[in-house]
Amino acid sequence: MSILKTLTFSAAALAVTAPAALAEWQPRKPVEFIIMAGTGGGADQIARLLQGLIEKKDLSPRPFIPINKPGGSGAEALRYLQDKAGDDHTVMMTLNSFYTTPIIQSELGVDVTEFTPIGLMAMDTFLLWVNTDRDDITDLDSYVETVKAAGLDWKVGGTGSGQEDSVLTAMMEAAFEYEVTYIPFPGGGTVAKNLVGNQIDSTVNNPSEQMEFFRAGNSKPLVQFTGERMEAFPDVPTAKELGVDIEYYMQRSVNGPPGMSAEAVEWYTNLFSELFNSQEWQDFCTSDGLTCDNFLNGGDLGEFHATQVVAHQNLIEQVGAAAITGE
Amino acid sequence: METILVSLAGGLLQAFEPLNLFMIFAGCLAGLLVGCMPGLGSVNGVAILLPVTFLVPPTAAIIFLAALYYGAMYGGAISSITLGIPGASTAVATVFDGRPMAQAGKADKALMAAAIASFIGGTVSIILFTLFAPPLAAFALKFGPQEEFALMLLAFATFIGLGGDDIPKTIFSILLGLVMAAIGFDIISGQPRMIFFDMVEFQRGIGFLVLAIGIYGIGEMLWTLESTKGKVQMHNVTITWARMKENFGQIKEYINSTWVGSFLGFFVGTLPAAGATPASLMSYGLSKTFSKDPESFGKGNISGVAAPEAANNAASTGSMLPMITLGIPGSPTTAILLGGMIIWGLRPGPLLFQESPDFVWGLIGSMYVANFATVLLNIALIPVFIRVLAMPFTLLTPIIFVLCVLGVFATTDRMFDTWIMLILGVGGYLLRKLNYPVAPAVLAIVLGPLAERSLRQSLISSQGDVTTFITRPISLTCIILAILLMSYPLIQRMMRRRTAEPSEN
Repeated sequence: MSILKTLTFSAAALAVTAPAALAEWQPRKPVEFIIMAGTGGGADQIARLLQGLIEKKDLSPRPFIPINKPGGSGAEALRYLQDKAGDDHTVMMTLNSFYTTPIIQSELGVDVTEFTPIGLMAMDTFLLWVNTDRDDITDLDSYVETVKAAGLDWKVGGTGSGQEDSVLTAMMEAAFEYEVTYIPFPGGGTVAKNLVGNQIDSTVNNPSEQMEFFRAGNSKPLVQFTGERMEAFPDVPTAKELGVDIEYYMQRSVNGPPGMSAEAVEWYTNLFSELFNSQEWQDFCTSDGLTCDNFLNGGDLGEFHATQVVAHQNLIEQVGAAAITGE
Repeated sequence: METILVSLAGGLLQAFEPLNLFMIFAGCLAGLLVGCMPGLGSVNGVAILLPVTFLVPPTAAIIFLAALYYGAMYGGAISSITLGIPGASTAVATVFDGRPMAQAGKADKALMAAAIASFIGGTVSIILFTLFAPPLAAFALKFGPQEEFALMLLAFATFIGLGGDDIPKTIFSILLGLVMAAIGFDIISGQPRMIFFDMVEFQRGIGFLVLAIGIYGIGEMLWTLESTKGKVQMHNVTITWARMKENFGQIKEYINSTWVGSFLGFFVGTLPAAGATPASLMSYGLSKTFSKDPESFGKGNISGVAAPEAANNAASTGSMLPMITLGIPGSPTTAILLGGMIIWGLRPGPLLFQESPDFVWGLIGSMYVANFATVLLNIALIPVFIRVLAMPFTLLTPIIFVLCVLGVFATTDRMFDTWIMLILGVGGYLLRKLNYPVAPAVLAIVLGPLAERSLRQSLISSQGDVTTFITRPISLTCIILAILLMSYPLIQRMMRRRTAEPSEN
């Protein structure tokens, strides 16, 4: 039985390698870092970057293990976190489906305002992307014209019905009075790949998901849905400049399950605030077009969530849940 | 071509630097240990050891993690063969024939075959990677939902022949697996479905490892208990040089399956959706279909060990391709590697080859060396691994039971899954008693969600027009191949019936 013994010992040795930082509460076992989206997408990239920074800077005595739970536009992850009520060793990287999925799937039995807010890491942005092969599309006007002519043959890729990009797609359908076919993929990375491979015609990816393809000249942005032009995309007009009133952001916040202990919340809040202020994080924000000015936490973040839930309820009512779920 | 050789030489030189060489051996060893623990796969290993890599330069770091990844691919085979519990999802197909071989006192042969097949698979794959990375990446982009679905169809087709002559029972088993795969959330609309007894636990679905550990770990244990009536079993084999040489000589018997597994594994691995588990299952199915002696598969055919092992190692190298060229991971493990690369200041994507050639070629060079390291370590450790089988079965049974329970709980952290695993274990045992093949159910639970997603995506994008599958050349080719494969066992059977007397029953 010597192999098994060695294994047990080596596993135990691994678990205690990281030196403990001084704090009242700190994780006693590996922390599950849930990502409510698939691999390669914006949330995934961010979570993995944060996990790496935690390890690199030795901020936690126990490792953070990223786990993707993309099922049902994040429903799987939300349900999972809800079931973990009272657990101090699970946190989740969220995006806007944090708000939209429970609204669209009311039978899920999840109220996100009950979750424990930890920290808002960034506001992510959206751009409209097409493949560079599309010489006929050079700006928003030619895009709208082409889409109108193609009708339902125009395929827009996204990360799932009820996900933020489907909300944005529905907003665009309403604003430009066209209708497209929306195809859900398991993550923003897969969407980007399918755009470059011409399996879909357009998408509203986040900058981080398209950045490498954009730099390689495989895809081009037509318009950004921000208030002002981003530093990373100085030549791309905003929708507002073109007279289209669409401005939409994606929150990137970390939240815990309902009923997390106050000591744990404090520890996690300190951890993520330190990460937020790190040079690495701020650099990533600049290069990938994220807005990282304010670190919201605690009650402020809770209020932010509450406002966002109401805003998304209105938005979904406006465009209709059917437009988002495609039913 | 010349530039490739020059770059490769540079990469190999890098791999032989003392630090990097040490990293390769350390990684392979760590991978072996992680891989052979049920419930701890390469994903956990890479995630847990990622922080260690921040102490060394990025190239050494990725070399370590990549070596760990290969090591784990082989490590999975060790518990599959010796204990009959798949150590990782990628090693499930290795149980099919590895376990019967161990029971017949041929564990050393199975382990040797697994090591050599893994080596060939890994090497073929890395050579293909070196020569054709950019064009292959371009080819992978041509794979839309339609092509993915056609490929899944092909995978199912390879398994129709798996159940032996009883095709209706095989289809039943596949359908059972598909039903289990459908539990949880609808992947397109996100609605919960098939939530039995309204238990919220079912919303998270039934994991693949839960089924595989149940059926193979628990089911196998019950089966062995029944067939031996608890009598003490001894499979002790003394390893001598003569025996080692003989084992090595057996390579002729499984070399064909190994080639098939290597190419198939690499190809399936490069597709961002698939990964090593479907690759190993498909390779097993293909190898059985085209075997001269398909009946002996599942009863301890050495090709049945070589085929999936060649494929899972080939696929693990293959899945690095979309990660490096597109920035999209081909498997959960490469997803974590991707995170590491971002920390090291590298941006995986189409420009990585030009912007960080040292890194890319260092990694490629290390893959060649890591393959040698794994095969050496593995063969050297075979005598240690088979000591497990020298234990009396009365002692081994409780250990297997504990490892099954622990393995499932470690993967999902839920008692619910542990109960499901036990129920499925008993169910799997009963199915086996009724002569139902269980392997197709395992295949279906892996491929079911992939097939469902791609089918529905295809039909959404074609607005319900099914001809979309036959108007696209790659998809059409896969579908034709699938139909041929599906009818192959039937044709074979008819041929046999015509020639042989119908005296088999």
